[in-house]
Amino acid sequence: MALPLPRPKVVPGVLASFEQVDAACDAIRALRDRGHRDLTVYTSHPNHEVEEACGHKNSPVRLFTLIGGLSGCAAGFAMTIWMSRDWPVLVGGKTIGSIPPYVVIAFELTILLGAFFTLGSVALLSLAKAGRKVLYDERFTDDRIGVFVPARADREAELTSFFREAGAVEVRHG
Amino acid sequence: MTAVAQPRITQTHADVTRDVVATLQTPSRGYYILLFSAVGLFLVGLLTFLILIKDGLGHSGYTPPVMWSVYITTFVFWVGIGHAGTLISAILFLFRSPWRTAVYRATEAMTVFAVMTAGLFPIIHIGRQWVFYWLLPYPNQRYLWPNFKSPLIWDVFAISTYLTVSTLFLIFGLIPDVAAVRDKARGWRKFIYSQLSLGWTGSDNQWRHYSRAYLYMAALATPLVLSVHSVVSWDFAASIVPGWHGTIFAPYFVAGAIYSGIGMVLTLLIPLRKALKIEHMINEYHFDNLSKLTLLTGSILFYAYAMEYFVAWYSGNTFEQTTFFRRAFGPQWWAGWTMIICNAFVSQLLWFRKIRTNLTALFVISIFINIGMWFERYVIIVSSLSNDYVPWAWDVLNPTWADWGILAGSFGWFGMYFLLFARTFPIVAIQEIKEMIPMPRRRAGGGHH
Repeated sequence: MALPLPRPKVVPGVLASFEQVDAACDAIRALRDRGHRDLTVYTSHPNHEVEEACGHKNSPVRLFTLIGGLSGCAAGFAMTIWMSRDWPVLVGGKTIGSIPPYVVIAFELTILLGAFFTLGSVALLSLAKAGRKVLYDERFTDDRIGVFVPARADREAELTSFFREAGAVEVRHG
Repeated sequence: MTAVAQPRITQTHADVTRDVVATLQTPSRGYYILLFSAVGLFLVGLLTFLILIKDGLGHSGYTPPVMWSVYITTFVFWVGIGHAGTLISAILFLFRSPWRTAVYRATEAMTVFAVMTAGLFPIIHIGRQWVFYWLLPYPNQRYLWPNFKSPLIWDVFAISTYLTVSTLFLIFGLIPDVAAVRDKARGWRKFIYSQLSLGWTGSDNQWRHYSRAYLYMAALATPLVLSVHSVVSWDFAASIVPGWHGTIFAPYFVAGAIYSGIGMVLTLLIPLRKALKIEHMINEYHFDNLSKLTLLTGSILFYAYAMEYFVAWYSGNTFEQTTFFRRAFGPQWWAGWTMIICNAFVSQLLWFRKIRTNLTALFVISIFINIGMWFERYVIIVSSLSNDYVPWAWDVLNPTWADWGILAGSFGWFGMYFLLFARTFPIVAIQEIKEMIPMPRRRAGGGHH
């Protein structure tokens, strides 16, 4: 059950469930050594061991946060200065475009746009993999670790025995 | 000060999911009684508000010289309540504080609903609520823009940013937990939670971006929370009203906000943990730490109150001295002393470990904190306005039924959302608790941490 989005492409492969974290990590490393690059690893919580085994580079989210924050800051100053000059409120000869009070607005917009860009980037970066549908098991949000390897039907037997040896408690094909 | 040791978590990952999902089952009768009382209070507020719309603000106690009274007091009160939530969810996240995990979801939800409540008050206060959007900078037919030098406009930006960011932070944190609930739910509930989980599966790619983004959200929320109550304090401090024009206002308000917020956290969590049967997840260890934060911020308040009186005396400024004299001995002396006793003195009881671990005592103290902090804002706002520079204009504010009706309504509005949330979403963060429990291993020994 999902939103009526374009139907994702089903990727055939083998899905193994692990109960032990070190067994799962060993299997992930072994698969990566064999040249598998597009594994999908499911965990119920962020786990450093699994993260290390997957060997991802740092997420580019930080760049989006920075861009969002800087745009917010610039927008805050630009908006306040431009609007004060567009409709000057002359009180006691005080400066029209006075910077110190505008710092507050610029600060708030830095945070606001920074937050929008950060979350937007997560949506964007996750969408990159949303076009493909791979096997999933409901216990992965509970206590199991899942490892999915895309594979053609003729390699299923080999991968199944690999996972069994590695300590998987369940192996599925699809 | 001896600390309560962190209890060893004996639950497995599957236990955590089970226990938290169990909180979403059919609630008890007590829950419905609370919910209906909250809705009842809200309806009282709504009715009062409708009368105010029909007849105008004249029903409330607005009389010169006090034109900011109970509504603005309650606005500051609710904004303050929100601050403890962000402190626990964002600041303590950056400090890697282990006790925050079990309580942060409830406090973050409290933040969002408290700020939602607070946001209503400036709108009620402006009188013509249907033109509240005039506060926002948008191109209009009169070519006017807001005056960005006014602290009231800073407030609009601060509060709306705070509401937006803390709502996003709450929802973002909920996504993996909603997915965990989805995978346990059946039938129409499964459909709803599937939609709300936004396709979360917990894949390595999702966690990789999610964990980073969560860290940055916490890093953005941290300065934000400190700024929000500073900006609220400048609503007062940037004017030249005696008793308001103080340079200590920003840190004084932030400390007070966190103090009042933790008071509300205690008031909410002590009954809630029982109602939802999560006593093993939120226990003495958490309450001990919450109490220490209360003691710290309460002591900062104690210092700030003392310093306000000292500065008033030392300044040699007659107006400042008169204002502070009248806070303690004027016609509303009882409000001034309620604030000092409930905040500065009652919080000092928390030096004792016996009190910090006695939940009944903590609950009673938390009620005193709530009352004391409401009165703090009442005293600051009302007493300063009552005694301005012109003695013949002095007057005492007498709040009316319209003030109390809206105040009661705000508690109902807040309670209603909080109770509905506790019933619908996991009130304890499933994935963060799991992060603290080591996973089973094939080889003995040797964890990553």
